[in-house]
Amino acid sequence: MRAFTFAAARDVEQALRLAGPGSAFLAGGTTLVDLMKLDVLTPQRVIDINGLDLRGISTDHNGLRIGAMARMADVATDRDVADHYPVIAQALLGSASGQVRNMASIGGNLLQRTRCGYFRDTATPCNKRQPGSGCPAQTGENRDHAILGTSTACVATHPSDLAVALVALGAKVRLRGTGGTRQLDLGEFYRLPGDTPHLENQLRPGELVTDVLVPALPWARRSIYLKIRDRSSFEFALTSAAVALDLRHGTVHDARIAVGGVGTRPWRLTAVEKALCGRRPTEDHVQAAAAHAADGARPLRHNGFKVTLVQRTVTRAVLGLAGRR
Amino acid sequence: MSTDGLSRRSFFGRAAVASAGSVLAAPAVGAPADTGTAPPGENLVAVAITVNGERRELTVDPRVTLLDALRERLGLTGTKKGCDRGQCGACTVHVDGRRVVSCLTLAASVHRREVTTVEGLAQGDRLHPVQRAFVEHDAFQCGFCTSGQIMSAVAVIRDGRATTDDEVREAMSGNICRCGAYPNIVAAVRQARREP
Repeated sequence: MRAFTFAAARDVEQALRLAGPGSAFLAGGTTLVDLMKLDVLTPQRVIDINGLDLRGISTDHNGLRIGAMARMADVATDRDVADHYPVIAQALLGSASGQVRNMASIGGNLLQRTRCGYFRDTATPCNKRQPGSGCPAQTGENRDHAILGTSTACVATHPSDLAVALVALGAKVRLRGTGGTRQLDLGEFYRLPGDTPHLENQLRPGELVTDVLVPALPWARRSIYLKIRDRSSFEFALTSAAVALDLRHGTVHDARIAVGGVGTRPWRLTAVEKALCGRRPTEDHVQAAAAHAADGARPLRHNGFKVTLVQRTVTRAVLGLAGRR
Repeated sequence: MSTDGLSRRSFFGRAAVASAGSVLAAPAVGAPADTGTAPPGENLVAVAITVNGERRELTVDPRVTLLDALRERLGLTGTKKGCDRGQCGACTVHVDGRRVVSCLTLAASVHRREVTTVEGLAQGDRLHPVQRAFVEHDAFQCGFCTSGQIMSAVAVIRDGRATTDDEVREAMSGNICRCGAYPNIVAAVRQARREP
C-alpha cells in the first residue's frame, strides 16, 4: 500500500474542506482499502468520514431517504424498507457477506468499483485504471463482463446489486460539494464508458454523496430482487433482475424493471416494462416481453450465455412476483 | 522500545512484509513510545482502542489494518490473516458489537471504538458457549478459520435472525473453511443457539 496522510472529519463541511486532488473519502473501506492494497487506488490523503451524521433511514409521504453512511446491514433490516421496498432489502441481503454488510456504507456501495480482473490487476492494461492503456477483456477472459452499454474501451460490469434495485425504483442521489447541493437521478448519475471508462459517474472532485432518495411507490410492496450467480451466497451476479409490479385485476398496470450483471451500469428495461403493461402476466406474455431484456446486446467470446440468462432471469422474477410460479 | 518489546522500526519492517511486499519507508520522525501521549508524526496517527475491555493506545502508520495492529502490535494473534482481502472471514472481530473483517478496517478508523477478538470471549477458564460448542462438535480441522468462524457465529446468534440451518449457512457465508468442516460448524451453531 502506498503512503498517505490520514484525517478524520467531524462533519460534512470539514470533510469537504479536507478533500483535494488525490484525496479519497473512507467510509466502510471494503472497496477503498481492498483496492489500495492492490495498488489500484493510490490516494495521497484518506479522509475518514465515519464520524459524519449521515446514517439516518426515514420514510414519509415523499418516499424513503437513506443517509449515505447508513450501513448495508442497517438498511437491509430496516422494517420500513423491508415492508415498502422489499426489492431493496433483498438486493442488500443478497450482496457480499454479513461482515461486509456491517461495514459497507450505502454511498460506498453505489460507488464501488468493478470486479473486472484486469481492472484489479496492475500488471495488466486497463482503460478504466490507466486511461489509454487498452482493454484486455475485449479478447481475453470476459465471462463475467457486460453485454449492454459496452464500448471498445471497456466492457466492465457495474457490480452493485443495490444500484439495480434503486435504478428500477427511480431513486435519486443527493450530492454535496463546496459549491452546494445537487440531486441527480441515479440512472443518470452513472456514465456509459464510451472512450472515457475511467469516468464512472457524475461526481465532481471532492463531492460527497450524502443521501439516497427513493420516491414513494406504494405498489413497490410487490417487488423482488432475483440474483443468479455461480454460488448461492457471497458472490457477484452473473445476471440479476429488480422488478416491481402494479397488478390490478390480474393485469399489469405498471412495472419497473432493471437488470444487473449485464450492463456497464445498472440497466433499466423500459422496453420490457412497456411490453408488460396492459397485459395479463401469463408465461407467454412475460417471455415475449422479457425477450427485450437483451435488446442491443453485444456479447463477447465467453459471455454470450448472458443474453438468454438475463431474459430468463426477468421472466422468472416477473412470473414469481405475479404469483404464476 | 514499546511495551510489547518491538522497536517501532522493527514493527515497520514487519508491517512492510505483511503488506504484500509494498515498499514502505519508515517516516523520519522520532519514535514515540506506544503510550499515545506523543503527538503523531506527519503520517502517523494516534489511536485509542478498547480491546476486550482494555483501553490500548497506539501510534500507527495509517496503512496499518486493525488486523495487523491486533496481531503485531497488541500480541493478540488469535485473529488470523487468511486472504487479507475481505473474502475469507478468518480475521473477523467485533467493532462496537458488530462483526467486521479486520483486514479491511484501518486501525486509524477505529479510534475510540470497542473491539472484541476471540481472546475476549472466554471468562477466565470458562469458554464462551460458542467456543464450547465448536469443541464438542469438532467444528474444525486445521483451526485456522476457527476464531473467525466463532466470532461470526457469536454475532449471528446474538442477531437472532438465522434460525434454520439454511439461514445459518447463509449468515455464515462470509467465513470460508478450506477443510470443509461446515456440517460440524452448523451443528455447533445450532447447539450454541439453544443455550442461554
